[in-house]
Amino acid sequence: MEQDSEPSNDNPKPSKSEKPPAAKGQAFIDEERCKGCSYCVVFCPTEVLAMGGRLNRKGYHLPEVVNPEKCNGCDMCGLFCPDFAIFGVRNKKKKDGGE
Amino acid sequence: MSDAPTNSTPTNPVEKLLRMERIPHIWCPGCGVGTSVNCFARALDKTDIDYDNLHVVSGIGCTGRVAGYVNVDSFHTTHGRAIPFATGLAIARPEAKVVVYSGDGDLFAIGGNHLIHAARRNIDMTVICVNNFTYGMTGGQVTPTTPYSAKATTTPYGNFEDTFNLPNLVESCGAVYVARWTVYHVRKLIKSMTKALNTKGFSFIEVIAQCPTLYQRRNKLGDGVMALQYYKERSTVQNGAPTVDVGLDYQSDIIVGEFVDKPRPTFMDKYNTRMTEILGNKFVPYEGVK
Repeated sequence: MEQDSEPSNDNPKPSKSEKPPAAKGQAFIDEERCKGCSYCVVFCPTEVLAMGGRLNRKGYHLPEVVNPEKCNGCDMCGLFCPDFAIFGVRNKKKKDGGE
Repeated sequence: MSDAPTNSTPTNPVEKLLRMERIPHIWCPGCGVGTSVNCFARALDKTDIDYDNLHVVSGIGCTGRVAGYVNVDSFHTTHGRAIPFATGLAIARPEAKVVVYSGDGDLFAIGGNHLIHAARRNIDMTVICVNNFTYGMTGGQVTPTTPYSAKATTTPYGNFEDTFNLPNLVESCGAVYVARWTVYHVRKLIKSMTKALNTKGFSFIEVIAQCPTLYQRRNKLGDGVMALQYYKERSTVQNGAPTVDVGLDYQSDIIVGEFVDKPRPTFMDKYNTRMTEILGNKFVPYEGVK
């Protein structure tokens, strides 16, 4: 996954103590199947997704993951998607202490 | 399947039940049929039905395309004749699970007579009717479910006919399980489909779906998101509600839920019982075409 770097920040690296808690889940998008109906964006309970400005090969606007840390893997996006283009999975719990 | 957290991407859980080489499908952006198929695939995944013993039959229309997209034995019949084909299948192979997946126009207008008689005989099948209030594939003509005053291609001044109340019609014909959901109620729809698939006898689910391209556009009701928000705001779950009270008007409140669940002997059971009564030991109970 690509990571957007924050421009012009005083601290180039976030300190380890302020590391946000790991996301509970992840959404996967198949961009070429999407028809841009935006149901996944509207019905995501934690507002992980937003309609982006990018287009796919057929010219439909695509949803984008804007708040990946909020995703809890509930798969509501996958349930609503009429085109089988998106689904969410819950991340497996890591054992405490193990990286 | 073991999903390693490193770069391997998990696959969509519905992919194994769909013919992915045919996807993207022909339905319009935001069509409710896609969501209902998504729920159907997940319901199949939850049941322990043997997929080799499962048959999906569709008629003609937007929803009639479902038979072409599900990756089980399926048949795309002529207009309105999904139920006669499914009846033959259910009688020839009583051990098979037969699902009829079709639209309101196909099941209640062109195939209306077939449907009421299959319900009367209590043929062992599950009927999933996606009701989008219009004939989507042919350009938005009026159907027996188009509400009063709604505009369609053939009623430019608004529809003046009365409509069918689908759950009431099917219940009065003798269905053993009747439910209605909208495509907004995805989780309840999956649960209901699972229950209908495990029910012996004629089970019926009405799925209210949006048609953004024809019904929503002609009536100036906005896009698919607005339709789903309307379902969210105006629908109430009333399990066991009397089906006479669940009729729909134009943009009215929608009562959803499981309305009927009362088992009765199926066509096959009654045939074997009656013949055994009359013929006694001379009759060999019918167990399908071998």
